[in-house]
This record gives sequence, structure tokens and C-alpha cells, in this order.
Amino acid sequence: MRRFGWVLVLAGLLGAWQAWVDLRSLPIYLLPAPSDIAAALWDERSTLGSEALVTMREMLVGFLAAVAAGLAAAILIQRVSWMRHALYPLLVASQSVPWVAVSSLFVIYLGFGLAPKVLIVALVCFFPITANAVDGFASAPRELGRTMQTLNASGRAVFWRIELPWAAPGIFTGARIAASYAAVAALFSEYAGGSGGLVDSMHDHLDTGLVGAAIVLLAALSLGLFGLVTLIERIVLPWSREG
Amino acid sequence: MTGAPISIERVGHGYGALRVLDGVSLALEPGERMAVVGPSGCGKSTLLSLVAGLEQPLEGTISVAGNAEPADRLAGCALMPQDDLLLPWRNAIDNAALPLVNAGLSRREARELARPLFHRFGLEGFEREQPRRLSGGMRQRVAFLRTLLAGKAVLLLDEPFASLDALTREELQGWLVGALEQEPRTVLLVTHDVDEALRTCRRIAVLSPRPGRVVLDADTAGLSRDDVMKALGR
Repeated sequence: MRRFGWVLVLAGLLGAWQAWVDLRSLPIYLLPAPSDIAAALWDERSTLGSEALVTMREMLVGFLAAVAAGLAAAILIQRVSWMRHALYPLLVASQSVPWVAVSSLFVIYLGFGLAPKVLIVALVCFFPITANAVDGFASAPRELGRTMQTLNASGRAVFWRIELPWAAPGIFTGARIAASYAAVAALFSEYAGGSGGLVDSMHDHLDTGLVGAAIVLLAALSLGLFGLVTLIERIVLPWSREG
Repeated sequence: MTGAPISIERVGHGYGALRVLDGVSLALEPGERMAVVGPSGCGKSTLLSLVAGLEQPLEGTISVAGNAEPADRLAGCALMPQDDLLLPWRNAIDNAALPLVNAGLSRREARELARPLFHRFGLEGFEREQPRRLSGGMRQRVAFLRTLLAGKAVLLLDEPFASLDALTREELQGWLVGALEQEPRTVLLVTHDVDEALRTCRRIAVLSPRPGRVVLDADTAGLSRDDVMKALGR
């Protein structure tokens, strides 16, 4: 029952929202009621569905690129000590760059296709993965590495059998945080142009029902990716959850 | 395997301005068990790191089986730290067999070699348990088997039972002696516990407060607790 508490909370919020709009007779351009959003979801299901697929592809490819690049950066930072000093502060500073604001530049460099959108999603998702992976690597007890050296482990064995599994829960934490950013990042990347994604249903700000429907789908995509990462973690690292 | 000789000659070591060991000389015959006792910070664990070849002494020489090169010492020694440091994602037998996998055996071959030791050393039936489901004493047993399965002639045990309660500690001391009688190795055992040193080892070296110097190097036979405490200055 406790697991489904969110359903009750959501139902309560939607009920209150619907009642507020109905009782105050608010016009739809000021605030759509949940029923308006549901109606838009149904009426525009075909368009919204294909737009959601486009946005999902941008999210997934960008997210996977961020996982690969974030892990590679974390491994470099962990294994090459001068990299830690050379790279890490720059990565932290890069977090203050509003990638969305420079997204039109990426369109100039990379065209109107998938590439600039994937790049923006990857840039937004990259840092939480890197930072959590670096922390994960650092959390392995130093004594363990030393002990393993005396137990026939080469440097490579220490990395694959000790350090990487040790860092894995941290890597997944970073991936979950990144997954929650990916949908909004994909949407912003679509504002840069040439989309076909969910942003197309958000251009007419006064069609609040349709905007609401697109937001609902965006939230579903976000939750879906988050859930997928969590599921993979449970399958790959059963010991981490029970520990 | 019966172990290899260890020779420590006039070893001095430190970190920056901090001098940790000073003129330490000890010699162990193959298969000999020596306890190293001393106050906290006197360099006992540093001595094990130096013997293992994980560090190189600033002064003096250390050789294991006649080899003084750090890489050769590393090849001859296995270290067991105070915390068991078992890997939570591997079950007991896969933890114990890890050194064999590190040496290039398949996981299955490694298990087959580890299994008889589980039977002989009272761990039968616990092979597939996850470390978190084992008691502290059992975890230390698995950690000791892991050290043994490294196939090294020299075992360096760094306060292996310090985190256990008194009863379990005493039980494991007896278990360790029995295990080493079946699988003889040269052993350097660092401990705070004088009784443990006298119970498990044939020789004892007492180090002074930092920088550690050898103030007593004797057979434990005929040595009383008071003799050791006197050497410790207590």
C-alpha cells in the first residue's frame, strides 16, 4: 500500500486542481484543467506519440553518450593524478555554462539533425555521472588495493575486479540524476530548431491543454528513463541494494 | 609449502620528518611464526608494508626468500589487513578464491581449489554465503583463506583479529594455529594483544615507541606475559 501512496497524492492534487478550475470558472488560456489536458492527450495522441518518440531518441542517445563520456572522464581523473587537477576544476566550472543559451551555435556547427540535440543532452547529463563516478572510485578503501596487490592482482585486475565494482553504485546514482535531467535537456535542445519532437506541441503557448499534454509525456519519458536505470542497477548490482 | 626465510637488516624508515622505524633487524627461518608487538604508531604495520615490497625502506635491506627487490618481495608475500575487506558482490568462496582468479585461473577452477580448504577449516556449508551474512569471525576465516590461497610463502597478518570480541578472538587464535600447522608458512603477525602473540607464535619481537626499535626478540617458550609487558615498559 505504501508503495502506491503517490497515486493517492496525485489523485488528490488532480482533484483539487480540477475543482479549482471548475469552481472559479477559469478560462483555459489561464489554466487548463486536468480534464482539458487529458482531452488534448487523447485528441492529439497520434501527433504527440510520434513527437514523444523523437524526443525519446534524443534523450536516450544523449544520455548514453553522457554515460560513456562521463565514465571515461571519471576513469581518467581517478587514474591519472595530474588529470584530477587539470580536468576536474574545469568540469565543475563547465556547469555554469547555460548550454541551452548556446544551443543555436551547435545548430550552426552541426546542422538541424540529431547531432546538436544529442550534444546538449549529453553536456547536461555528463557532469552528475562524472562527479558521482569519481566519488565512487575514491570510496574504495586504500588498504584494499594494497592488499590485492599482494594477492596476485595486476593493476588491471585491481581496476576491473575491485575499483569498478566498488564505484558502480555511485555511477548508477549519477546516472539516475542525469536521467532526470535528460528529458528537459532534450526539450530545450529542440528549441534550437529543426525538431519534430514534443517542443512542436508547445509552440502555441495559448493552447494550454496541448502544452499540458506535452508536459505530461515529457514527465513520463523522464520517469521511464529513471525507472530503466534503476531496474538495470537492481539487476546488475543486487548486492548494492541489499547491503 | 613450508615458507621462505625473511631477513630484515638495520631497517630505518619514515615519512617526511616523522621517523617511524629505526635500525630494525629481524630474521625468520622458513615456516617460523613471529609476533610483532608494540605500542600504537611504533611502525608495526609499516614494517609489514616494507616486507611486502609495497614500500621500499629508506635505510637497510629486506629480503624474502633471498630476494631484496620490492617486486620479488611482493611476489613472495600475502597481506591480511585488520578489516576483512571481503568484496560484497562475491560470495565467500569467490572471495577466498580471488587470488587464484587474479593469477589467471577460471572462476570454476579457482573454486575447485578453494573448496577443500573450506572443508578442512570449518567453513563447509558457507561457500555460497554473501559476506554480509557471515559473522565477524567467519569473515576473518574467509579472509585468512584468501590470504592462504594467494599461494605465497610468507603471510603478513596485520592485527587480523583486532576487530573481534574476546571470545571469538580466542577461538580464532586456536583455529589459526591449527590452520598453519596444516599449511605451514612463514608468518609475521602484528598484534596489540600480548596473549595472542604468546598463544599463536613461536617467536616474539617487541618494538619500542616511535621510532620503533627492537627491544626484545625471543622465543615465546618460557616467556611470560610479564616479561613482554616489562619489555613494553608497562
